Amino acid sequence: MPKIQDKFKELKSKNEKALISYIMTGFPNENTTLSIVRGLVNGGTDIIELGFPFSDPIADGPVIQNASTISLNKGAKIEKFFRIVKKIRKETDIPLILMTYTNVLYTHGYTKFMSRVKKSGIDGLILPDMSIEESKDYLKSAKKNNLDTIFLVSPNTNNTRLRKIVKASTGFLYMVAVFGTTGVQTKIHKYTIDSIKNAKKIVGNKLPIGIGFGVSTPSDVKKYVSVGVDAVIVGSANLNIIENTPPSKLQKRITEYTKKLKRSTRVGKAT
Amino acid sequence: MKIGMPKDGRFGDFGGKYIPETLVPAIEELEENYQKFKNDKSFQKEFDYYLKNYAGRPTPLYFAENLTKFVGGAKIYLKREDLLHGGAHKINNTLGQALLAKRMKKKRIIAETGAGQHGVATAMACSCLGLPSEVYMGYKDTVRQRQNVFRMDLLGCKVYPVKSGSQTLKDAINEAIRDWITNVETTYYLLGSAVGPHPYPVMVRDFQSVIGKEIKQQMKNIPDTIIACVGGGSNAIGTFYPMIGNGVEMIGVEAAGQGLKTGKHSATLNAGKKGVLHGMMTYLLQDSDGQIKETHSISAGLDYPGVGPEHAYLKDTGNVKYKSATDREVINAFLTLTKTEGIIPALESAHAVSQAIKVAKTKSKSDSIVITLSGRGDKDIDIVKQYLEKNAKNSR
Ligand SMILES: Cc1ncc(COP(=O)(O)O)c(C=O)c1O
Repeated sequence: MPKIQDKFKELKSKNEKALISYIMTGFPNENTTLSIVRGLVNGGTDIIELGFPFSDPIADGPVIQNASTISLNKGAKIEKFFRIVKKIRKETDIPLILMTYTNVLYTHGYTKFMSRVKKSGIDGLILPDMSIEESKDYLKSAKKNNLDTIFLVSPNTNNTRLRKIVKASTGFLYMVAVFGTTGVQTKIHKYTIDSIKNAKKIVGNKLPIGIGFGVSTPSDVKKYVSVGVDAVIVGSANLNIIENTPPSKLQKRITEYTKKLKRSTRVGKAT
Repeated sequence: MKIGMPKDGRFGDFGGKYIPETLVPAIEELEENYQKFKNDKSFQKEFDYYLKNYAGRPTPLYFAENLTKFVGGAKIYLKREDLLHGGAHKINNTLGQALLAKRMKKKRIIAETGAGQHGVATAMACSCLGLPSEVYMGYKDTVRQRQNVFRMDLLGCKVYPVKSGSQTLKDAINEAIRDWITNVETTYYLLGSAVGPHPYPVMVRDFQSVIGKEIKQQMKNIPDTIIACVGGGSNAIGTFYPMIGNGVEMIGVEAAGQGLKTGKHSATLNAGKKGVLHGMMTYLLQDSDGQIKETHSISAGLDYPGVGPEHAYLKDTGNVKYKSATDREVINAFLTLTKTEGIIPALESAHAVSQAIKVAKTKSKSDSIVITLSGRGDKDIDIVKQYLEKNAKNSR
């Protein structure tokens, strides 16, 4: 069974929701990435999203933009990325997702790129600028290589479209919490809660639903879990910690933060 | 496929809509409304009214007799888009889109700008139609085209300098897209060239096609050659589109900057590879990992690593030839046109002039060449002055 699907099944049996942690590879440098991953794994995260930088990340706010720029300035290359993934794979079999932009795949050729991705040990992909209309070749190559294709839906996605996106998605459905780019938010909007409830009705048991963009505190996690999401995705908040913590303390700090978030995903027997 | 008739928003392989999901409803709404109003008589009438009475259309087609004599070859004509209100062809598109935005009941207009001409044209169209406007502009461009920043200020338009990436047009588009994602329910994104996700490339082309249509009416005979500069490609596609299939030689001119071999240029069609940026598949200047490269041009308006998808298609089909002109050639053309005709062209437009001079020399006196003079050069006076002073110093 695909690893991401497996993970959701395992969590369900434990009455837990998934914590998905995003980081940017090569930020603040290549060597640190591995220790950050260890920090996340030790903290109990369930799935890791590894960002590969793109020069023009239109769906990202200042925090991830900055991390992308730094990673690129330090010489991020797709070959290096694959090497990092292989190193991570030697230490853990946690599900790994590559998050990047369409042009990175397109340039290398979907088919060739996906087989490299698979071989390196990645389980799925997220491309925030890949709309389902343009996804035919992408889906074909992903399927051939047994890679999950995780599409995003937005608070303004209508139900007809939502159904189409669910059809193209495997692994989980990525719900964008806000009208906006990635980044830490200070409040949870009512429209977000409404769209989660609506999506749950439409999606049913077909796919787990993850919520991301702006999630950063244990209380965010609790709130989203209470309205029934299957996963919470935390990104910019991790990068803020990475940016503001001295290297010697980073791994431990990441573990502590991740533990706190993970605790809030445990639903207990109540549900 | 009939040329220029996009199916599913595609010109062959090019175009499409590679966009974050949040923008999909907005793009669909835009497409629907554009289809509706495109053929709506009252919309067209209103558009024509503003083009004529506000922007100053039709623009003259001027026989550049002195330049023709100076070059000594084909007859050179200038399509005088530089005489339009605001000083460039950009107003054709901004009036069209601002009128559309108004009919769509949008309350807030955002735009990007490179040279500042599209920003100014947006601010003007919005002032005229009573809409508030906000413009993103690369920080580097706010410095080299500061006069246009002040013009936008005066017009009541808010200008946001963009300090990310290369701080030029590409980054201004990124920031405008991010704003649009954030304020998608209230905001209309008034894109300034024939780029971006479908339907922008088609819509901008249609609004700019008034250039080519007028040329057809104004020339007694179809010209032998027609030349326009290509940044994103809006003045060029507006010039070429009505001419496709008429046997006219069409040449688009890109910015070769310091030379194609130096890597410091923005000649996307001459040196780019296929890829996806700003919602479209097109030719891009990029590295082997698909990272977009920094571009260079003396003209801010051509300083862009992508190009409109219809141009990518017209290049591949061979319908249009795409050449390039270096900064040095452009300055020379700028000076030549200024001295021979008393017309100071925008540095963007001077790219087309440079190519026209080259081509005219090789043709006979009975041949005719039309240059789309996309804008006037007042905004570029400081840049030209600096360039000349620097070169005088270097040659001393
Ligand atoms: C005078 C002028 N010409 C040409 C351009 C390039 O744009 P496009 O290729 O869309 O016509 C610009 C852009 O700023 C401009 O100001």
